[in-house]
Amino acid sequence: MPATIDRRPIFGTCPFDGTQARKGYALNKMCFSFNQANNRAAFLKDEDAYCRRFGLNTAQREAIRHRNVLELLAAGGNIYYLAKFAGIFGLNVQDIGAQQTGMSVDAFKAKLLKAGG
Amino acid sequence: MARIIGGITTSHIPAIGAAISAKRCDDPYWKPFFDAYPIARQWLDTMRPDVAILVYNDHGLNFFLNQMPTFAFGAAEEYHNADEGWGLAPRGPYPGDPALSWHVIEQVMAENFDLTTCQEMLVDHGFTVPMSLLWQDKTPCPVRVIPVAVNTVQHPLASPRRCFQLGQAIGRAVASYPENVRVVVLGTGGLSHQLDGERAGFINRSFDRYCMDKIVNEPEALLDLSIHDLIEQAGSQGVEFIQWLLMRGALSPQVRLVHQNYHIPISNTGSGLMVLESAA
Repeated sequence: MPATIDRRPIFGTCPFDGTQARKGYALNKMCFSFNQANNRAAFLKDEDAYCRRFGLNTAQREAIRHRNVLELLAAGGNIYYLAKFAGIFGLNVQDIGAQQTGMSVDAFKAKLLKAGG
Repeated sequence: MARIIGGITTSHIPAIGAAISAKRCDDPYWKPFFDAYPIARQWLDTMRPDVAILVYNDHGLNFFLNQMPTFAFGAAEEYHNADEGWGLAPRGPYPGDPALSWHVIEQVMAENFDLTTCQEMLVDHGFTVPMSLLWQDKTPCPVRVIPVAVNTVQHPLASPRRCFQLGQAIGRAVASYPENVRVVVLGTGGLSHQLDGERAGFINRSFDRYCMDKIVNEPEALLDLSIHDLIEQAGSQGVEFIQWLLMRGALSPQVRLVHQNYHIPISNTGSGLMVLESAA
């Protein structure tokens, strides 16, 4: 009997499944390359050329241009690789958390502190 | 004969490593987190483990989506850390114990668990942050290590029950090793956090406390959770709790809770430190 896969929607959450993996492969491969300092430098030197080298599609290229995490996720990006892209600009997970939730970084941090009670 | 002396759980987020590097452990924000660790280190000093089996997830340093093993078992002489792209200073290297690695690999494969074996493997912050917290980057490293990387990047992921069962098989494998080696198992990551999407910043104190309560001596109560349940209750990165369950499976059925601390938040994360001692 085939297994039942639970796909109940969860607000604001998109598990990185096979569909996302196929959609985002080029984008994630580029972001994975940012583990190396010389690749980060090459991206900063010529962003267009670097994105072309990895074959990003239009949505991915635009999302990179906008530095917009929700757009990058929608284009198939995986947060672990996207964090390396954000790192080029000195942004940490609280900065990108604030961006995705439409809050200021201070408000985002305050929300987390409040969860501590 | 080899023996598993117990297990430790800890968060492994990069912000901890950054706070250590910046010497901010006594800042008011970080102090309640770091102050919980000396008791864990004292327990390690008393118990004198020779080997640490460290269960973690790789966040895109060693593994990419081209090849993503569900369970990757370290079998190297030595493990290295490297640049992850966002500025954490590399740590290590860490000495391995390939003879014990291969013994465990052979035994658990004979029990029908299918592992990926790694004779070269970069270990990322998921590995190095717990090592810094528990052994404070002493040189030479006071323990030999065996990294076990669990896939939490590419869904589908191994279920909580499967991770616990693999831990049980690892426990039996260690117990059958003829050398006199004392082993501690570290379950790292978690607790609740979510980095991605409009729900970023999701954190769930009551679920974290429930997991910390049950994992001590009723871990079976957690094994019917699905990965989907974990995402819902603990956030998309809260699924790292499967590494805690893998650790717990390797310990004796009943354990003694030596120490625990729950602190929320560190960065975006609920943090749980637990020291569990196996029955003699």
